[in-house]
Amino acid sequence: MFMLEKAIAGSRRYWLWICGLALVIGIGLACYLHQLQNGLVITGLSRDVTWGLYIAQFTFLVGVAASAVMVVLPYYLHNFKAFARMTIFGEFLAISAVIMCMCFIFVDMGQPTRVLNVLLYPTPHSLMFWDMISLGGYLLLNAVIALVTLRAEREAVAPPRWIKPVIVLSIPWAVSIHTVTAFLYSGLPGRPLWLSAILAPRFLASAFASGPALLILLSLLTSKLTRFSPGREAIQKLAVIVTYAMVISVFFVLMEFFTAFYSGIPEHTESLRYMFVGLDGHARLAPWMWLSMILAALSLVLLLIPRYRHNEKWLALACAMVFLSLWIDKGIGLIVAGFVPSPLGAVTEYTPTLPESLISLAIWAAGSLILTVLYKVALSVREEPSLSPAPISKAEVLA
Amino acid sequence: MRDRGLIYSGLAIFLALVTFPAWHNLSAGVTAKGPNVRLPASEKQCVAPAEYMRTSHMTLLMNWRDEVVRAGGRDYTAPDGKRYVMSLTPTCLEQCHGTKAEFCDRCHNYAAVSPACWNCHLDSRPVLRSAR
Amino acid sequence: MTLSRKAFLRVTGLSFLAVAARKAAGAITGKRWAMAIDVAKCLKQDNCTKCIAACNAAHNVPSIPDRSHEVRWIWKDSFEHALQSQVDEYSPLRAAPVMVLCNHCENPPCVRVCPTQATWKRDDGIVDMDWHRCIGCRYCMAACPYGSRSFNWMDPRPYIHDPDPAFPTRTKGVVEKCTFCPERLAVGRPPACVEACPEKALVFGNLSDPQSPIRELLAARRHVRRKPELGTGPDIFYMV
Repeated sequence: MFMLEKAIAGSRRYWLWICGLALVIGIGLACYLHQLQNGLVITGLSRDVTWGLYIAQFTFLVGVAASAVMVVLPYYLHNFKAFARMTIFGEFLAISAVIMCMCFIFVDMGQPTRVLNVLLYPTPHSLMFWDMISLGGYLLLNAVIALVTLRAEREAVAPPRWIKPVIVLSIPWAVSIHTVTAFLYSGLPGRPLWLSAILAPRFLASAFASGPALLILLSLLTSKLTRFSPGREAIQKLAVIVTYAMVISVFFVLMEFFTAFYSGIPEHTESLRYMFVGLDGHARLAPWMWLSMILAALSLVLLLIPRYRHNEKWLALACAMVFLSLWIDKGIGLIVAGFVPSPLGAVTEYTPTLPESLISLAIWAAGSLILTVLYKVALSVREEPSLSPAPISKAEVLA
Repeated sequence: MRDRGLIYSGLAIFLALVTFPAWHNLSAGVTAKGPNVRLPASEKQCVAPAEYMRTSHMTLLMNWRDEVVRAGGRDYTAPDGKRYVMSLTPTCLEQCHGTKAEFCDRCHNYAAVSPACWNCHLDSRPVLRSAR
Repeated sequence: MTLSRKAFLRVTGLSFLAVAARKAAGAITGKRWAMAIDVAKCLKQDNCTKCIAACNAAHNVPSIPDRSHEVRWIWKDSFEHALQSQVDEYSPLRAAPVMVLCNHCENPPCVRVCPTQATWKRDDGIVDMDWHRCIGCRYCMAACPYGSRSFNWMDPRPYIHDPDPAFPTRTKGVVEKCTFCPERLAVGRPPACVEACPEKALVFGNLSDPQSPIRELLAARRHVRRKPELGTGPDIFYMV
């Protein structure tokens, strides 16, 4: 039913990749058992900086998961045919990203065996409750949509009519998962760096830049490794989306700078100063943040100039820079800097430990494994000559 | 049958493995005797009837927990009218049942259960003093 | 039996009055526990940490040498750090140590964000902790504007030197903080820190009772709270 048998037939290179991922996962699993035994003391977290690498990865990956909407929306609502062969890869990326998010939350918990308490004692006034609901729902939505549409494609029939409203639902739902995640931070009165109305728009803009950037990279990779390509037009359109989203994302960051530094209010400026020049002599984050800014600027140069954007090699470089820049900004900078200075004015720095990094790497590997398996299934379906005809159009979906 | 030797020896090993629990227990002298619980010397009546406690003491403890922690309660009146303070170590252990090893562990070890309560709740004073 | 409109209105009106009266009556007899800290009295004894010692002993709070993993229920910090918005560079009290603990806010952000209600605000005003339910997500720690909460990064037991079996320890992976000693209040005793202070610098009482000593103290003395502009409504008052 899930066509998973397609993922077992593969080349030597494919199996080497799978085994490599399994090895990384195994090492991370051993580190996690160490964490279960000894507690979160094995991480670099502290009384002042209580969220670090794990939650930052979760925050970044929710954005990647939400970005599937950037492919689904043009295709299903506006009949943008060029994305016909891309949507399944966006949806599978979303599934992989959401599973990674859930894993990162799980490994961050002090009492993971009690995770079901969130559902046993539902708490509507807590954003974390809604985050669990929205992430779970999004996973289910994408799994159903991807499965149903891929199965239909394999059997050369139009997907059932009921899938259309489900697909349409996934569009606002995608926006909601990242908005809810932003609300986790932007409603806290004690954390001035996060207490900003623009945080949710910032999250969405950076999501719609980093997610499609990754999707472009994955498309270019699959076209190198297999016979399949989603098509030049689709990739170029995604590149335009990444460009707009990155411009808006950088603009939003600059807005934060203006409000903080023009008003001069210490609460607003301290965390930003820590991020870029350091506070009280502590400046461990600064090189990272400057790298993020430089990468953002360079990527925009490449993306805004058509000659580079149209060239797939330069585009790949630009997308990698976008992804890395936003990963540093959201996945390292924003979360950690929110805790500096502490409510009592202390500056405590944070560096992830080796076990913490290995666990995080293992979750990325697990996500990559899920992505590999799902993409293999989709590509195998596409590559079957007799069973996969022309892509299904919106009219056929509605019929 | 060429592989007779292999098959018979394989079968023998399999039978040995599958009957391991039986002959290991026999040789180690383990019996099916139940847990040897040491009942308190002074008190004869628990906070609830013994039969109920045997089957449902966790239910009672969970009710006590919710009363004390979430509802701010403190006093419990047993079916026989006696009043107790709802508290694991000071009431259950120090007032009657002694130490965890003497009472709770006897049945728990036999039944191979390890409730998480003891990650936080402490054993009674004599045990703590000797551990120091 | 059909109710005439006049009768219906009369019954409804009386019901509303009854509810309102009961609410008003409850407001007078209800509780709102709070604490007033006399900063000057606290300074009278140099390096006094009796309240901290009493709290830590009564609640099996571990003493962890690594500052980044410390567990603190009540501790000392400088006036400048604790009450940033209330001091300037010319204030004489700037460097003075003040006691810092959970403020048991009227509008606590930590309660708002807890996904399992492992921390909640009781009817008597105490923001309590349920260590059976806490999943260790540390969202409450991110939400607290005062840094009042600590997490058990590892098993605290090796760091508890003289455990008191009358109170449980906690286990690794849960958040803890000052709970205003509800187990002592239940037997009519004041919180451990209040009882231990040799200068009686910590005054604990019921804000809902206009005749209570804390209310009289607050009416007579100038006092400040930590970050009042955030709307949390902290119930620890520093008398300056």
